[in-house]
Amino acid sequence: MVTDRAYLKGARIGPGLARFEAEVERIMAALGGPEAARVDADILQPADLLLDLYGEDIRARAFTTRDDGAEMMLRPDFTLPVARLHMASQAEAAQYVYCGPVWRRQEFGSDRPREYVQAGLELFGQDDAAAADAEVLVRVQAALGAAPVTLITGDMGLAIAAVEALETSAVRRAALRRHLWRPARFQELLRRYGAAHAGVTAGRADLLAAVDAGRVSEAIEAAGTVVGLRSVEEVVARAERLSREAAQPPLTGEAVARLEAVLALKGSCDGVLADLRRMVADMPKLDRAVNRFEARLAAFRARGIDPDGLAFEGSFGRTTLEYYDGFVFGAVAMDRPDLPPVASGGRYDALTRVLGQGEGVAAVGGMIRPEALMSLSEGAE
Amino acid sequence: MMLKLGIPSKGRLQESTIDWFAERGITVSRSGSDREYRGSVSGVDGIELVMLSASEIAGELAEGRIHLGVTGQDLVHESVARWPERLVELAPMGFGHADLIVAVPAFWIDVDTMSDLDAAAAAFRAVHGFRLRIATKYHHLTREFFRRHGVADYQLIDSQGATEGAVKNLTAEAIADITSTGETLRANHLKILSDGLILPSQATLFLSRSAPWSGTAAAALRALCGRAGLVEAGRLPDGFAAG
Repeated sequence: MVTDRAYLKGARIGPGLARFEAEVERIMAALGGPEAARVDADILQPADLLLDLYGEDIRARAFTTRDDGAEMMLRPDFTLPVARLHMASQAEAAQYVYCGPVWRRQEFGSDRPREYVQAGLELFGQDDAAAADAEVLVRVQAALGAAPVTLITGDMGLAIAAVEALETSAVRRAALRRHLWRPARFQELLRRYGAAHAGVTAGRADLLAAVDAGRVSEAIEAAGTVVGLRSVEEVVARAERLSREAAQPPLTGEAVARLEAVLALKGSCDGVLADLRRMVADMPKLDRAVNRFEARLAAFRARGIDPDGLAFEGSFGRTTLEYYDGFVFGAVAMDRPDLPPVASGGRYDALTRVLGQGEGVAAVGGMIRPEALMSLSEGAE
Repeated sequence: MMLKLGIPSKGRLQESTIDWFAERGITVSRSGSDREYRGSVSGVDGIELVMLSASEIAGELAEGRIHLGVTGQDLVHESVARWPERLVELAPMGFGHADLIVAVPAFWIDVDTMSDLDAAAAAFRAVHGFRLRIATKYHHLTREFFRRHGVADYQLIDSQGATEGAVKNLTAEAIADITSTGETLRANHLKILSDGLILPSQATLFLSRSAPWSGTAAAALRALCGRAGLVEAGRLPDGFAAG
């Protein structure tokens, strides 16, 4: 119906709209505080920036459009636009709240909404990361009120640290870290560096022989005419990297199992902390990430959130857009599989470093889908 | 309503289509001059011939404006979202073979697989400051294939023709395109990745589920499929097979 909005009937006009607007106002009041400033992002965002940060997959998720100028996208979320606004403002620490529609392309025949509202907050430049994480969660919980949702938390920083703790080459760790957000490819890499290492090496026998014999340039010349922007030097550099990779000992089954155990952690936050403390004995490099996790739980407790009653999943956040690199969370209505997470968020310090070309700022935020939240009390369509 | 059959409007694809039907006792003939896109079908009653470009046939089938159509699997899989729910592959026709593949410069001796391409793309981005560019007109199929292989750090560049030249012209580092003999690829100093086959494609007779299947059209379909031996082959979907 023309008067419907995402997940809500009749909320585009009259009393339905009035109820929706009142709900949005309540959510915004709960998310904001005395220090929070409103922020309003352009609806049309430059596509090249989104593509550069999120990758080609964003084209399948966002609406793209263009005039005679550059390609644009209807904003698929607020995180990146708000981070850009903050970084352009030159402010050091700041809190923002925002509310407005975002657009996502859906598959043919899908009845998922293409336009829906997000209301959220973003905290920048807060020195105490644990306290800022807790602040976001407290405010999102306040906005969710007594809604029948299950809160699930995760920690991409822990997942990253588990990769960094692997006793292997920096090249392997970088490749694994890069693919944390693509679980199938991640598993494939673990296999190639571990159980399948001998087979992969055998499959490259010709190339490796050429490197050993110092005849890479000859091999390249024999293979074909040089065309394109990727240079001979780049091919040589990778051939040499492959040679070093072949000489690396394969990952042991124990090392892979330790990494996978961190990613498979599941339970209450308190229980997971106990598990992690045991794991640190075998993975000493995990220590700092575990300390950060513990500090976050302490910050939760200080704000009245009981970590014993809060769910944690080691792989939570691994299938989202890849900008979260610390605390992550989502609120899911378990008996409403038709709804996306009613709330989600997390820490994305690394994204701001990319945006600021190396100059980053601590950043954590969360957003609520007011229409989905309201549909929990107004009932399914 | 008559059954509307769409066939390619010109060239080798049209000739092969006419031959394919002729071998099955169905005469598809053009009428009037070569430039007039009109024709008729004899051997089975109730069929109206429509001549369109192969890409239009894919679109008309998806919209249900024609009942049957001959076009490439590559065009259907690329341009018709969730095509298995909307179309039926009645018969692969044995001509118009073309593979949609991923190709890179042949001198890239470090890149043989999609996994290599992913690693090379990461290194390329670090050196050049932008994502490795793949020229293609098959955006959906290529993006899905790259996603399935977990390739990151790439971007698609639209190329509607002469895609094999994109690398030489420095508008892309690699391509995803159709090839039949591989000759054009070799002439442009490109090689196919060993696991870079996105889709093997051939000319195929498709059925549109959403076309208006009146009694006349359905009867014509059964007659046509009976004649062409498609009923015995069990190619008719449920709901169409019964009289």
